[in-house]
Amino acid sequence: MIKTVTETMLAVNEKLRIQKSTIKNGSEKKRICIVTGTHGDELERQYLAWLIGDELRRNISLLDGTVDIYPALNPLGIDSITRGIPQFDLDMNRVFPGSRNGTMIETVCSAIIDDISGADICIDVHSSNIFLRELPQIRMSVPTSETLLPYAKMLNVDFIWVHESATVLESTLAHSLNSTGTKTLVVEMGVGMRITREYGRQIFDGIFNLMKNMGMWKGDTVEPRRPIISQNSAVGFVNSDADGVFLPEVSFGDYVKKDDVLGNVLDPLRGEIREVVRAVCDGLVFTLREYPIVYGGSLLARILTIDDKTVKGGGEI
Amino acid sequence: MKKEILYSLKSPYRDNLDVIGCRFGSGKKSVAIVGATRGNKIQQMYICSQLVRTMKRLEKTGKISPNCEILIIPCINYYSMNIGKRFWTMGNTDINRMFPGYDQGETTQRIADGVFRKLEGYEYGIQLVSFYQTGNFLPHVKLMETGFTDPADMERFGLKYGIVRKPRPYDTTTLNYNWQIWETKAFSVYSNETSGIDDVSCSEVVAAILRFMYSIGAITEKSVPGYKTEIINESDIYQIRSSAGGIFRADVPTGSPVEQGQVIGRIIDPIDGKTISQITTEYAGTVFFEYNQPLINESTMCFKIIV
Ligand SMILES: [Zn+2]
Repeated sequence: MIKTVTETMLAVNEKLRIQKSTIKNGSEKKRICIVTGTHGDELERQYLAWLIGDELRRNISLLDGTVDIYPALNPLGIDSITRGIPQFDLDMNRVFPGSRNGTMIETVCSAIIDDISGADICIDVHSSNIFLRELPQIRMSVPTSETLLPYAKMLNVDFIWVHESATVLESTLAHSLNSTGTKTLVVEMGVGMRITREYGRQIFDGIFNLMKNMGMWKGDTVEPRRPIISQNSAVGFVNSDADGVFLPEVSFGDYVKKDDVLGNVLDPLRGEIREVVRAVCDGLVFTLREYPIVYGGSLLARILTIDDKTVKGGGEI
Repeated sequence: MKKEILYSLKSPYRDNLDVIGCRFGSGKKSVAIVGATRGNKIQQMYICSQLVRTMKRLEKTGKISPNCEILIIPCINYYSMNIGKRFWTMGNTDINRMFPGYDQGETTQRIADGVFRKLEGYEYGIQLVSFYQTGNFLPHVKLMETGFTDPADMERFGLKYGIVRKPRPYDTTTLNYNWQIWETKAFSVYSNETSGIDDVSCSEVVAAILRFMYSIGAITEKSVPGYKTEIINESDIYQIRSSAGGIFRADVPTGSPVEQGQVIGRIIDPIDGKTISQITTEYAGTVFFEYNQPLINESTMCFKIIV
């Protein structure tokens, strides 16, 4: 069933409407929310949302519980290739939990929180931005990791990044839900403005595995990947020092050694190489720059080091 | 005046982004003033430029106090200004959400870091800002309450209103907040207009900043007297949001006194011209802010009234 979560009048003959699809069967009271689309330029999850809806529609008898799918929390952004909320130039994922008596965007955010609150689990799926490609991963802050890790391990991701919490991130959807008792996992995968089918399928498998573990799905599922669990300190950041055109020499997902050449920053005007970019540590290239034009400071890659601070194969921290 | 490049960033094909600082006097770091951190803050840059002009005259006539150094940065992100963007040219990040910055981080973190290093150590910091929402409002000074800066110091500007704001999570990466963390007493001065120029508001703000500098003893030229500042908590300002979307018409200008129950604006159906919402105020007071765009969505802040 398609339901309207909230609607607000726009200036001329249109409503800003947030919709969800509620799919329900059986007697189980459990509810899972699949949330996507706060950032209008992230489209990977559009395929994932469709996959889940399609599977449930065809095999509804195997579902025991409620699945709420919110494919587009920022409809104006998705329909206009805009990351933030068009006209406001505002990152929606910095406005949560919103406010019932606030501005238009604050009231929308507050209605979304109210609608999701109380779910047994919420999965907020992101797909990076147009600049960087990401291996399917789950990100969580240290304080939430104790509660969230057992669920994160079921989601069939390649790794789980436990990072320090930053005050500014307190305005995200996930933080707002987690801090009010609704367990929310943030998945990052792929790249902005594109759809990578294999990642959609990978997280699809993870979500059904999670539902099976929660007693909400009676169908077959695949054995999830055993993720690498990493603390913040185990991630090496590679930023450009030069400006120019970045051309990678490694492939996404490669294992590299410290000082290996990751790519070059080129100067097409002079036909010169401005910077040879090298790995800052040994490890897995899990983030790689997709958009070639760079300034000093542009993030080129993130490398996950596999050492005593990381735990391979889904072990405990 | 010493004009210097405080931070320089290279770009693949454009001229360098050179953040220019104008320094007056010498000795103890007294006041730093920052104009446009975003590409649409033309008025804020203009105010700084007018301040630089005045300061040059004061310097020539020996009216800058000894052992006092004043730094003015009219604009940081003119790269975006030159291409009509509000936020950073690539990636759309906001430099005023990147403080204190990080020299090994992303581009805008590096810019914030480079500039912040030059802004540290001043006794006072003044940032020229405008509202996020477009609208007309009365010039005022605002203090982000961190416990470091004394709200009474806002009176030195002689603006009609001084507003105290409780910081929210997203405020913690602004210049104002970080200045205070690094022990600079920081104020945000709001002038009317952002992307256009309002000369009256500009003169009012220039006069207010000169008044402030005279009051703390950084300059010796006495300025025209200002108002006795009324200090208000932001949360005490009465706010009115639109109950419909449509064409917005305000019936009273900012600064006007309004009575309880008075109709102060209307929302008109854009198709049939009928008034679909009359905006009335529940309290008597002074119109402090009003929305000024022709189109309005539902739940948009359209008036703020100081009661
Ligand atoms: Zn996102």
